[in-house]
Amino acid sequence: MNIIVFVKQVADTEARVQIAENGTSIDTRDINFILNPFDEFAVEEALRTREKLGGQVTAISLGSESAASVIRTALAMGADQGLLLKTDLQCDDPLQAARALAAEIAGSEFDVAFFGKQAVGNDHGQVGILVAELIGVPGISMVSELEVTPDGVRGKREVEGGTESFECSLPAVIATQKGLNEPRYASLKGRMAAKKKTIEEKEVSLAEPVLVVEACNYPPQRERGRILGQGTEAVPELVRCLREEAKVI
Amino acid sequence: MSINILVFTEFQEGEGFKKSSREALGAARRIVDEAGGGEVSAVAVSDKAADFPSTLAALGADKVLCAERPEFCVYSPGGYAAAVVAAVELVKPAAVLVPGTAPGKDLAPRVSARLGAPAATDCVAVELDGDKIVAVRPAYTGKVQMRVGFKSSPAILCLRPNVFMPEPEDKSRNAETVLLNLELTEKDLALKITGLEKQDSERPDVAEADLIVSGGRGMREPEGFRLLEELSKVLGAGIGASRAAVDAGWRPHSDQVGQTGKSVSPSLYVACGISGAVQHLAGMIGSKCIVAINKDPESPIFKVANYGVVGDVYQVLPALIEELKKGS
Repeated sequence: MNIIVFVKQVADTEARVQIAENGTSIDTRDINFILNPFDEFAVEEALRTREKLGGQVTAISLGSESAASVIRTALAMGADQGLLLKTDLQCDDPLQAARALAAEIAGSEFDVAFFGKQAVGNDHGQVGILVAELIGVPGISMVSELEVTPDGVRGKREVEGGTESFECSLPAVIATQKGLNEPRYASLKGRMAAKKKTIEEKEVSLAEPVLVVEACNYPPQRERGRILGQGTEAVPELVRCLREEAKVI
Repeated sequence: MSINILVFTEFQEGEGFKKSSREALGAARRIVDEAGGGEVSAVAVSDKAADFPSTLAALGADKVLCAERPEFCVYSPGGYAAAVVAAVELVKPAAVLVPGTAPGKDLAPRVSARLGAPAATDCVAVELDGDKIVAVRPAYTGKVQMRVGFKSSPAILCLRPNVFMPEPEDKSRNAETVLLNLELTEKDLALKITGLEKQDSERPDVAEADLIVSGGRGMREPEGFRLLEELSKVLGAGIGASRAAVDAGWRPHSDQVGQTGKSVSPSLYVACGISGAVQHLAGMIGSKCIVAINKDPESPIFKVANYGVVGDVYQVLPALIEELKKGS
């Protein structure tokens, strides 16, 4: 099986987020970069598919030179080879990113392409399905259960109040929801082995974006709240406030 | 100025048009009113879409485009996308508003790819800047708000549920009805939805609920959530969970609120035994009113709560349930 997994390097927003001087992006100087959390489930599912059905797993990332580090994480988890689609442009338009990814894999006879369901930061959650539509293969997101066979995929996706079952033939694009599996840690052995694996690099030029960030602002400050009291004593006042002051119940 | 807006609407058996669809129609009406003219068109895709025009007219539509096929009794990703694209080609709207529900979030990128048109998800505001549509959406764990512009038409906006106001019902409004004739390709039908499993149908889903009670590590054990279930019944609320509660296996991932869970904008969010980590706040900071119940007065959640109670959830929650029952 020819298995692809897309990985993205994202900002770890545990720390403070500051808006950059240009006013349209965040200041990345003091930020730690990590593998997109949802992509861990995608990498794990790609590896499990290879373990079940054989083949190889290629980890692909669209980004600057620094994105090679998340490809290396995927290699350390067990992916066989990597590909960095290199661009120094900040890509905030999902369609722009998807066009570059689709162009790369459209000719490549893959069986399954895995994505995380969204990249934290931009949180659009579109690229997996965009790529599927652009290439013309079935694609599905929010996948919480999956079974891949040589003939196709079957699984479940999360919807409001439950799950929907789906099926389609291969090739297919699967965007993974958290909880689809339990991602393995990159062991020391895996990290050593990853050093011997290749990461191919290709310069890509991106199409013009159609979605543009015109401004980043800090959200309005929330009104200062108050502590009503301790323990059960505070309960009557709480209910009064919710009914009469906030008027939410 | 005249502006046409197309709205994707969802009908739920037993409920009528979903609240998030009614909100999207309301948002569309407001844009058209602000522009000073134009048309709100609603697209209804179902196995009995022909029944819908008068209801959609009352909810704000000037024109209703119906795509009716027996297969459309369940969501069909390709089929629904083809229907919306057909509607766009007819109406040529400046913007397509899609409720941010599971089908909506699946549909928006499909329509985007098919039309080569830009789509923005999780929009919490829509504005007109002259004659251009601008959307506002949270990003970076909710620490930043992005204003995004659309460089080609139509602008596709996936709206966060529970943020926009529905239009008041007006049964005197009439809408023109158009039946969409769809040619579905093999590619449209390649992905099949084969079934639907619903959990507790009484309780609203956390992503759409207007009131949410949510539990974290401070609930101390899975059985603690029974208290939250009781509270949710009294309030008619959805139940959320922090990542800690989900990772501990106490609640399913679909209940998780936060950066790697759901983003919600309810009128009321009651955070019980939740410390208020940045990643959790990302998912619920859009709540109109936040209540925090926590043993530790230093918990970060108290910095964002409108009302805080310092105490043990196992004492406060039963008292809260009793107090609420008294008033109703």
